[in-house]
Amino acid sequence: MGGTLNANHLMFLGYGALWTIGLSLIGLLGGGIAGFIIALCRISPNRIVRLLSAGYVQLIQGTPLLVIMFLTYFGLPTLGVTVSPLTAASASLTIYVGAYLGEIWRGSIESVPRPQWEAAEGLALSRSQRMMKVILPQAIRIATPPTVGFMVQIIKNTSLASVVGFVELARSGQIINNSLFEPFLIYTIIAGIYFALCYPISRISRRLETRSGPARLSLGTA
Amino acid sequence: MNLNLDFASIIERWPTFFDGALLTLQLAFIATMLGTAIGVLGAIGRRSHHPIVSRICGIYVEAIRNTPLLVQIFLVYFGLASLGLKFSAFVVAAAALTINVGAYTTEIIRAGFDSIPRGQIEAAEGLALSRAQIYWHVVMWPAIEKVYPSLTSQFVLLMLASSVTSQISAEELTAVANYVQSDTYRAFETYILVALVYIVLSLIMRAGFWLLGLVIFPRRRRLGTPL
Repeated sequence: MGGTLNANHLMFLGYGALWTIGLSLIGLLGGGIAGFIIALCRISPNRIVRLLSAGYVQLIQGTPLLVIMFLTYFGLPTLGVTVSPLTAASASLTIYVGAYLGEIWRGSIESVPRPQWEAAEGLALSRSQRMMKVILPQAIRIATPPTVGFMVQIIKNTSLASVVGFVELARSGQIINNSLFEPFLIYTIIAGIYFALCYPISRISRRLETRSGPARLSLGTA
Repeated sequence: MNLNLDFASIIERWPTFFDGALLTLQLAFIATMLGTAIGVLGAIGRRSHHPIVSRICGIYVEAIRNTPLLVQIFLVYFGLASLGLKFSAFVVAAAALTINVGAYTTEIIRAGFDSIPRGQIEAAEGLALSRAQIYWHVVMWPAIEKVYPSLTSQFVLLMLASSVTSQISAEELTAVANYVQSDTYRAFETYILVALVYIVLSLIMRAGFWLLGLVIFPRRRRLGTPL
């Protein structure tokens, strides 16, 4: 204990912030791939695939990310699979983000007007051609504002990786606080850094929303 | 990989899980109630013609929505302590969750307010209703009715997010799970069970809000529109 906040501490916070960004990108990439697969499964012509993917989304959206983190980090070792904090955090974020992005993207795909599907079918395009050439290019435009909005949720949710000991921004704040014990100052700085990361993305998301018609509220609390 | 699952020794401890789930619901209930009140006031504030009032409400919403709940909880926890105020973990958790959800609710209700057509308010003015009457009858209730589904989702998310308060040792469901798993070394079974309890809690909340919606918005029921 003792000492005052100095440049080394701020450097340490800087590294933490970099890991927050890195983990967010991992979550976005992993969750994006998972979400894309889920979105396609949710609109699959196969009833069982649709039911299974809907069940997955319901399960994950009804479970806190924190519990998923604990399950992967503490639960898997009891089954004999040891995971590092980074692996546990990445896997949890992928599972969690995949469910939410999957729902967002399913909504976007389904809001491509019906005649577009029918016209593509009338042109004798195969199902994959219809998807790739007609539906997805339009769905991406609809999906962009809510996806950018959800990126803010991903960044904030990476703070929960601190509970499994992964040293990102929140955890590096806790570590510094353990030696300096100036919680209010340190957590204010941490909150400020998170704000600096998230606020620009929120602004971009809102601008995209107003440009592309009716605003959709992105939910979240994390 | 040795698959040797033992759920029985976890389920044996159902009374502690039950207590934890009850505390989670209590936290969610308190934060929902107070958060709705903050949301209505905040939404009115954001639409205020006073630039200072609307600015302060805007800063509150943006500050909360762009920082993680975990950091907010620590700030409230240590902030109150550095002011010399000592509260139980439950009170701190409820306060932090209320501040958090209040910002999201403000934004949702404001969107509802904005969706009320200008003509409705002008018509109410033409009928010589007072400002308070207009807000209550013409703006607020129809607005809340419109955004009720969004509010419901937000409050369910809040209930799930309350798991984060385990980090300041509020004795809610996740904290109970942490305790049980460190006692039994059955982490996998414990967290699977707790995940299921959370899913049941969110289903209970959704059903509750659906019923509440039928009671407080009878017009919808009469029109037969789905919630």
